[in-house]
Amino acid sequence: MDQFLQLIVAGLATGAIYALAAIGFTLVWQTSQTINFAQGEFVMLPAILVLVGTHAGLPVWAAFAVASIAFVLLFGFGFKRFLVEPMQRHGVLPLAIATMALSVLVKEAAKNGFSAEAQPFPSLVPDGMLSLWGAALSARDLAIVVVAVVAIVGLQLFITRTRTGRTMQATAQNPTVARILGIPVERMILLTFLINAVLALVASYLVSPVYLAKFSNGESIGLAAFIAAIVGGFNQIRGALAGGFLIGLIDNLTAAYVSSAYRTAVPLVVLVVVILVKPEGLLGRKEERTV
Amino acid sequence: MIRRPDANLLILLAAFPVLWFLPAGLKSYGLYVVSLWLVMSIAAMGLNLTLGYAGLTSLAQGAFLGIGAYATAILTTKAGWPLPAAFLASSGLSFAVGVLLGFPALRVKHHYLAFVTLAFTVVVFLVARNEQWLTGGVFGIANIPRPVLFGSDLGAALPFYRLLLCVTLVLALAMWWLLRSPWGRAFLALRENPLRAASLGIDIRAYTLLAFAIGSAYGGAAGSLYAPLVEFIDPAPFALSASFVLLLTVVAGGAGSFFGPFVGAFFSYMLPELLRATGGWYLIIYAAVVLVIVMISPTGLLGLIERWRDHRSQTRAAAARAAATPTLGAEAGGSESDSLRKGATP
Amino acid sequence: MTIRTLTAAALAATALTASLAATGGTALAADPVKLIDVIELSGPGAPAGTNWKNGVDLAVSEINAKGGILGRPIAVTHYDSQTNPGATRAAVQRAVDEDAYVVLGPIFSGPISASMQITQRAAVPQIVGGEASAFTKQGNPYIFRTSLNQADAMPKLANYLRDEVKAKSVAVVWVNNDFGKGGRDSMIPELQKRGIQVAADIPTESGQADFAADAIKVKNANADAIFVYLNEEESARFLRSARQQGIAKPIVGETTLLGAKVIELAGEAANGVKGHVGLLVDAPKPGFAVFGKKYRDTYGFTSDHNGIKGYTAVYTVKTITERVGKFDREAFAKTLHGARIDVAQEPGILIDTKWLENGDVDRESFLVEVTDGKPVVKATLPMINP
Repeated sequence: MDQFLQLIVAGLATGAIYALAAIGFTLVWQTSQTINFAQGEFVMLPAILVLVGTHAGLPVWAAFAVASIAFVLLFGFGFKRFLVEPMQRHGVLPLAIATMALSVLVKEAAKNGFSAEAQPFPSLVPDGMLSLWGAALSARDLAIVVVAVVAIVGLQLFITRTRTGRTMQATAQNPTVARILGIPVERMILLTFLINAVLALVASYLVSPVYLAKFSNGESIGLAAFIAAIVGGFNQIRGALAGGFLIGLIDNLTAAYVSSAYRTAVPLVVLVVVILVKPEGLLGRKEERTV
Repeated sequence: MIRRPDANLLILLAAFPVLWFLPAGLKSYGLYVVSLWLVMSIAAMGLNLTLGYAGLTSLAQGAFLGIGAYATAILTTKAGWPLPAAFLASSGLSFAVGVLLGFPALRVKHHYLAFVTLAFTVVVFLVARNEQWLTGGVFGIANIPRPVLFGSDLGAALPFYRLLLCVTLVLALAMWWLLRSPWGRAFLALRENPLRAASLGIDIRAYTLLAFAIGSAYGGAAGSLYAPLVEFIDPAPFALSASFVLLLTVVAGGAGSFFGPFVGAFFSYMLPELLRATGGWYLIIYAAVVLVIVMISPTGLLGLIERWRDHRSQTRAAAARAAATPTLGAEAGGSESDSLRKGATP
Repeated sequence: MTIRTLTAAALAATALTASLAATGGTALAADPVKLIDVIELSGPGAPAGTNWKNGVDLAVSEINAKGGILGRPIAVTHYDSQTNPGATRAAVQRAVDEDAYVVLGPIFSGPISASMQITQRAAVPQIVGGEASAFTKQGNPYIFRTSLNQADAMPKLANYLRDEVKAKSVAVVWVNNDFGKGGRDSMIPELQKRGIQVAADIPTESGQADFAADAIKVKNANADAIFVYLNEEESARFLRSARQQGIAKPIVGETTLLGAKVIELAGEAANGVKGHVGLLVDAPKPGFAVFGKKYRDTYGFTSDHNGIKGYTAVYTVKTITERVGKFDREAFAKTLHGARIDVAQEPGILIDTKWLENGDVDRESFLVEVTDGKPVVKATLPMINP
């Protein structure tokens, strides 16, 4: 039983990271039809930037600050302005290919410009065990879950409780109508890109002490975010959230109880069955059909 | 493209002698790279049929490459089959698996289809890695023989390249014929508008399956040639990333245009080799080149204009429809429950 | 558009032919001696390959500063293998076309298996960094190792688990690639032969980041000791997860678990880890310390065993060529079989090394324990057949 509880907590911690990445992915898809295949690299990069700062002699807090600002500017604003905007009119697939190329570019630049090797990353939470209901649980896993949940609840409150948030959501659901209604659509789209960058930033700082900062870290996270977004319906923040946690949980439970060798396949196969039974995704709405 | 099919045929027939004689001066490395280009062009041709003509986003072409490569490797090294027989069996197997995988394609579309095929690719990779009794597992299969045809050994780099060239020509001609036939037109109709295609009496189910299966068979055929080309296979070249690269190949080359796969395979498989001279930076340069190409020259990449027109007309239709929906009018910020309600009413 | 396609294709083909043809044709008689290093600079092998490449570069600059090999300077070229058999094959093919005197690398055994027939066919010696046991069993006279075959290391480690750790049961955690699977396949029979029970047998993914589930599984297997056979970074992540899940049992491993990188990355969590090491910058041999310092001064971080492998590979080329007295690939391969190079004769070899008839190496190795973030050598194990 305590093993089960430990696995649940570890699975939720992994899932929280996936969920953060998947929510940003979904937001960006909703407002601008961008399938961001570089999403994983977005989660990898902030930690690398922090280390570039500390290696250049900055104090840790300053490195975090500089890295965060630089990242949000480059991969929130810059990504939208210089890649998505010019590409958008050419359709979904070319833009997706462009983000694929961007992911290789970011990954290789991090490798050549910084290091091919994993680097230790300063942890915001100490190692240690907490005893809950007789099970020894990792303090850091719990902290990851808590921080991620706070970030997600904050986002949800922003979207539902503030005027800007609701406007953004309307834009996300139907940019064309929003434009007709006089909503500053471009600004709202930019906002989703900035939020995406911030979520990636949070995920990066949470996960890097455990995974270690490395140029290739984005590969598995980006894939998991993509899958979580699909399973969640591709157009639902709550779907992405559920998808992220589900993948993290199934992955950990599979490794422990089913098969380590087929670990990566089991969540996928389970989710394929879900998709085939419910083609609009876990919590998704049906997409309208173009006739 | 379809309107001027004979130009395609002429180019194909004119390119053949050029490609037959041009690389004769190359050393084995150059020949290997050009051979790899041909093999990957075949795989991309298959994906171009599924994606570019039938409009099905598949992330399984790398897996079919693997199925073909493993089938050939196992049949030639363990069962002692000659390569031509193994080639036919591998392509046939891929066709059959393609039909099976095509069934989900009837239920889901777009990113869901991408996801189903992605899961399939992961499963194929893991089977190749874990089932050591069959596939050699992580240790792979070594010493895959090159063919001896009509008593002459085609194992050396140049004869093997020319054999690949002949196979590529035959498969390209078959594809050309297929696209000109009523089937090819049906595939196109399927991509442009499935509902209208159905109302015109096209059996969507049969044609979707067929598009998938033929595309897969080309993937398997490519894999069957890849195995003797490299003479060693392990699971690594058939991982998910291979399917992504093939997708990139087809799109960068121009999805839905006849020569797109050849152009795309040049970018994906030859360009990195040509950039080797730049040392550690070659992947960065390669990625930057792809990015720039995709960004600044949508027209230069064959077939992109057409997709853009599709997308624009779709957006316009969506806008017209959405404007007619009154639910969003009263309140500027539609909440999530709002969107769920909207989803419930079709 | 079709005409434009044709023109573009023709131009591309011409450019390609020209560039591919231009790469051939450099003769061996040219002044510098050509070493081509085909190595993992991207993909999962990138950290190992980077260390190896640095080691090679360091040795080449030292040798060139002292006048080269038989008076000829070394010109080294690095080609990225992408940790992919197909790409490796292309690169080795190119190395052979470019008349490499000796091919160095790669490290991962999939890429080695895909490329070793090419050097064999062209009769070019290939000095690799692989530890998996398979490729020296095929009777290829041109393939040589730079480190111990993992099949030779495992019996030493199994003895250690029985005699020093006194384990009755062991949980085995391994990485599911050729390196990890090969090690696991040689280790498990050795454990069983010694009456040690295998309490858990856990494969993990190459490049895996999240080891929580594996650590929990190991913890609940409740074995007397844990044998960890992963690549460096995964080792560090596993150690951190093990610490995070409160695992207190001895963690034992082979060279990769005790590397400098692992200790740096795992921090606190590496303390108390012990095992068997083939090559180690901190080993009690004066050559290692000199190399380790030079490497750190040049590249800013501590070399792992792959850096040592790359470095000694170049010195092997130098020493054997000097013994032959001329640049003759066939004589080089013949001489290296059965050769023994001592530090007394060539300090660059760092540790006395003997090559067997199949290309395997034999040398001393070390039992090491990590104390206060430093690997401490507890004992030196002799050569198997000195």
